[in-house]
Amino acid sequence: MQRIGVFICWCGSNIAATVDVEKVAEVIKSEPGVVYSANYQYMCSENGQQLIKQAIKEHNLTGIVVGACSPRMHEATFRKAAEAAGLNPYMVEIANIREHCSWIHKDMDEATEKAVILVRTAIAKVKLNAPLTAGESPVVKRALVIGGGIAGIQAALDIADAGFEVDIVEKNATIGGRMAQIDKTFPTLDCSACILTPKMVDCAQHEKIDILSYSEVEDVKGFVGNFSVTIRRKARYVDETKCTGCKICMEKCPSKKGLNTFNMGLNTRPAIHIPFAQAIPNVAVIDAEQCIKFKTGKCGICQKFCGVGAIDYEQKDSFIERQYGAIVVATGFKPIELTAFNEYGYADNKDVITSLELERLMNAAGPTNGVLLRPSDGQHPKVITFIQCVGSRDTSGCGKPYCSKICCMYTAKHAMLIREKYPDTEVHVFYIDVRTPGKNYDEFYRRAVEQYGVDYIKGMVGKVYNENGKLMVQGSNLIDNEQITIESDLVVLAAAIEPEPSVRKIATLLTASIDTNNFLTESHAKLRPVESPTAGVYLAGVCQGPKDIPETVSQASACAAKVIGLLAKDKLKTNPCVATPDETMCNGCSQCANVCAYGAITYVEKEFRLGGGKTEIRRVASVNPAVCQGCGACTVTCPSGAMDLKGFSSKQIMSEVDAICKK
Amino acid sequence: MQEVTTEKKEFTPNIVAFCCNWCSYAGADLAGSSRLTYPANVKIIRVPCSCRVNPTFVLKAFQQGADGVILCGCHPGDCHYVTGNYYTRRRMALLYSFLNYMGIEKERTRVEWVSAAEGARFSAVMNDFVAQVTALGENKRLTDLRVKEGE
Amino acid sequence: MKDVELKMLERAKALLESGEVARVIGWKKGDFCHDPSPASFESVEELDSFVYDYFCGANLSKYLIQMSKKEGKTAVFLKPCDSYSFNQLVKEHRIKRENVYVIAVECLGKLDIEKIKAKGVSFVTGVEVQDKEVKVTTPYGEEVLSKPDVVLTKCATCNKTHQVKDEEIILHERPERDVNRFEEVEKLEAMTEDERFAYWRAQLSKCIRCNACRNVCPACSCVKCVFDNPASGIAAKANDDKFEEQLFHIIRAFHVAGRCTDCGECSRVCPQNIPLHLLNRKFIKDIDGLYGEYQAGETDEGKTPLTSYTEGDAEPNDVFKGEAK
Repeated sequence: MQRIGVFICWCGSNIAATVDVEKVAEVIKSEPGVVYSANYQYMCSENGQQLIKQAIKEHNLTGIVVGACSPRMHEATFRKAAEAAGLNPYMVEIANIREHCSWIHKDMDEATEKAVILVRTAIAKVKLNAPLTAGESPVVKRALVIGGGIAGIQAALDIADAGFEVDIVEKNATIGGRMAQIDKTFPTLDCSACILTPKMVDCAQHEKIDILSYSEVEDVKGFVGNFSVTIRRKARYVDETKCTGCKICMEKCPSKKGLNTFNMGLNTRPAIHIPFAQAIPNVAVIDAEQCIKFKTGKCGICQKFCGVGAIDYEQKDSFIERQYGAIVVATGFKPIELTAFNEYGYADNKDVITSLELERLMNAAGPTNGVLLRPSDGQHPKVITFIQCVGSRDTSGCGKPYCSKICCMYTAKHAMLIREKYPDTEVHVFYIDVRTPGKNYDEFYRRAVEQYGVDYIKGMVGKVYNENGKLMVQGSNLIDNEQITIESDLVVLAAAIEPEPSVRKIATLLTASIDTNNFLTESHAKLRPVESPTAGVYLAGVCQGPKDIPETVSQASACAAKVIGLLAKDKLKTNPCVATPDETMCNGCSQCANVCAYGAITYVEKEFRLGGGKTEIRRVASVNPAVCQGCGACTVTCPSGAMDLKGFSSKQIMSEVDAICKK
Repeated sequence: MQEVTTEKKEFTPNIVAFCCNWCSYAGADLAGSSRLTYPANVKIIRVPCSCRVNPTFVLKAFQQGADGVILCGCHPGDCHYVTGNYYTRRRMALLYSFLNYMGIEKERTRVEWVSAAEGARFSAVMNDFVAQVTALGENKRLTDLRVKEGE
Repeated sequence: MKDVELKMLERAKALLESGEVARVIGWKKGDFCHDPSPASFESVEELDSFVYDYFCGANLSKYLIQMSKKEGKTAVFLKPCDSYSFNQLVKEHRIKRENVYVIAVECLGKLDIEKIKAKGVSFVTGVEVQDKEVKVTTPYGEEVLSKPDVVLTKCATCNKTHQVKDEEIILHERPERDVNRFEEVEKLEAMTEDERFAYWRAQLSKCIRCNACRNVCPACSCVKCVFDNPASGIAAKANDDKFEEQLFHIIRAFHVAGRCTDCGECSRVCPQNIPLHLLNRKFIKDIDGLYGEYQAGETDEGKTPLTSYTEGDAEPNDVFKGEAK
């Protein structure tokens, strides 16, 4: 005989304000099978859980239903509580009377009526629940970090320092990422390369870290603790084991007109090149599209001059497959394309540049050797105007609806650096809001205004146009309520940042959720901010949302802590809600195996008794519970209904349907 | 639950919504936390993946008196289980077309892809579906086929 | 047809005598000339009752699920349409192909005794078929009927060819025809929802749940059928509710969708003459239209349309678009 206990949570006023929780608990009392029904302010609190535990013991409950917030929120909490009271954790069902009821309905009667139905539905289900036990699966003690920017570097170093093997897969020829392109960092103004490059070297020298540069993740199979990843090692046409990084090839290469992507295309580089002086690995790569040898078959100069015979024009993409227990995604960002922002004249005027381009123009290793010269004529700009929020906080559809978060601070940095180095330069900043939360951030911004005399103008820019060699920036000054035009020599756009586009493919491979802006979704916005909902996948850096370097590093270290915690285990508990075939009904037709994305289903020949002393050998399905992820695709494919899913059985779902539809 | 005379009562359809745990159920949660309303006659059943929904469940819902059945899953390509919703898409396309072939109003069935980020869309879809089914009236066809001809 | 029958008998005898096969699956004479039934012949003596004529419409492939498990090889005579079912069952690992010897036999279309009776011709004692004419013998004399009028529904639009054979007995080639097997489905599609509903209500109301359609269907060969399994939640219970027949036929059609070879046995055996094949053909037509032409049983390997997909598949909400209404 089932003995069901029902616990209705008020969630403070979140539920109780719209749902008559006492009435729900009262009505439910008379449901068949229900022997206990209570309501309480916060079921998830210590006291609430205590109430549940006590009731389980006192009333000998065989199953419980908690009417509360979404099961995505506290199902685990209540399962734990049940387990602590000696009830199998899978004998717990949640009726979502908050997100799916009290929060969306205004009428108390209506919401209360719905809450009763939702609780009844959960009761109908829990009555058919069966105690389940989690299985175990082994953990491969190696982590994969996708992306070799500061996030990936930090995560890899932390994981490796804990004693676990880490591979960094970086799609570019060197690790370092965006931070390597940055000149100075806020709010301390220390040189970006000076703090980044030692970490890059640490990675290269760490015995536990393997850097797979110029490589991309091609395929991912498996699951937490046991991912199998295929990595494409793109042909760089240079033998990584031989190249010494002497750069003679770069000197001799006759094709020098390639755009230097590291310098944001502001100058050129040879077809064979090392992206920048401190690149890791310090190994050349050939841009096959630019290389004369690849285009015409003639040339081969680099090969002639290479003292160690590292050049290999025949090199092909190769594939390696490795096993990992955990994966950190740190794919980073890029500034958005500005094609939709004609009004700023970015495409038409060489002297309208992005902030990242300005970083390179101010960097000692940049195209102008750190002297701020404008791209059009190499002159010192005397009036520089910054435009904030280009494509950020933009609901017009042209840009991104979110705040890119870093622009306010780096613009203050740029303005300050320019005023410091070139005191005769006028600097204007058009802004919507200045956002400077963060340690020493507002102080930093105020220094720009108060100490360095940067002219901050609250208002939007309508148009930038060229008039007699001057860039006319037309905008509004909202404080003075007037239209102004600033005659400028250089215009710097704080372009919004967006996730590196390749993250979409990676998210698909990892079956990790992604939001409408292509940011990877964390498991919980507040409480599990570095975990993807896909177990064993962790998120570091801007791939999860806009953030600056300190935040990125913190998140990367947090990821590392999570990964270390996972890899430190020898075995993982597996989800017991897996598919399971009733062999007596299985036809062995293979339809289920055809739809299984995980290869969890195999077939075995088994002997069955037919009665009358006769037996029969039949081919029947067999599910590997460690591999099955519990989607249920097989259950619907099975015509005989032999395949069912634990925790979401056909009977359970149909009983829910019945409970909802019963009039 | 409420005893009201049928004539006076405005018809409110009973809608069963099957939502996959990873995208659509989360989308419904987001609709909730964003306080985006939709009618209370939509009741959600959580399934791990849209591919868990057997046509039998849909038929059972209609049989038991549902007026509309909507199935929500991750957008194709974004399935948490890699390929689950691709199978859902074929199954439901064929099932819905078939039900319509049997004379069941096609407006009673729907498949929508709603991501975890689309709380607003979830609410909009539900509002729209409820309006559509309300306009159609009560589901009779999937419950009374046995009524012999001429009755 | 007599010449074909003699050849078949000759081969059956030889195969049994040589011990090459332990049994032959074919058709056995019935009480009347028009009711032969499937049978297993294990000795030359038993072959006395062997028959192959214009009333041998039954699909023999399903019997091989059990027969191919038995000791010794089983020989089977397969008509073109039966060979698709055979392949499909091999694909689903239901028939042990290595235990079966397939003899492909010709078929020029089989006759439907019900349709002959409907023409007012009773007490049929024999038929002779000449091209498009059927000469029916009765105690009251002879009647000549038009063959297209009295063939089995499944034969009327058949263009199937043998998909599998270890040897063949084909003395008369059947000419290719220009037929559209979806004509009836299209007619229904062209109706309004209300008309379609009325049509199917009228048809399915006739159903007596005798399960003949299920039992004869080669695709409905589950070890245990959901409708016989109380645990499935949809098992038939006597007069449970008014939804039964409809549920049964929708679920049955869905279960065989993508696997149904359109052998037409369901309609042939329905005692209530419900055009059940029109349910399956709707699925076939939709699959062809949405996912590319597919004929179940054309091969004995590969995935079915419902166990495969493409990224650009049609959306369920869009399948109604383009409907002329």
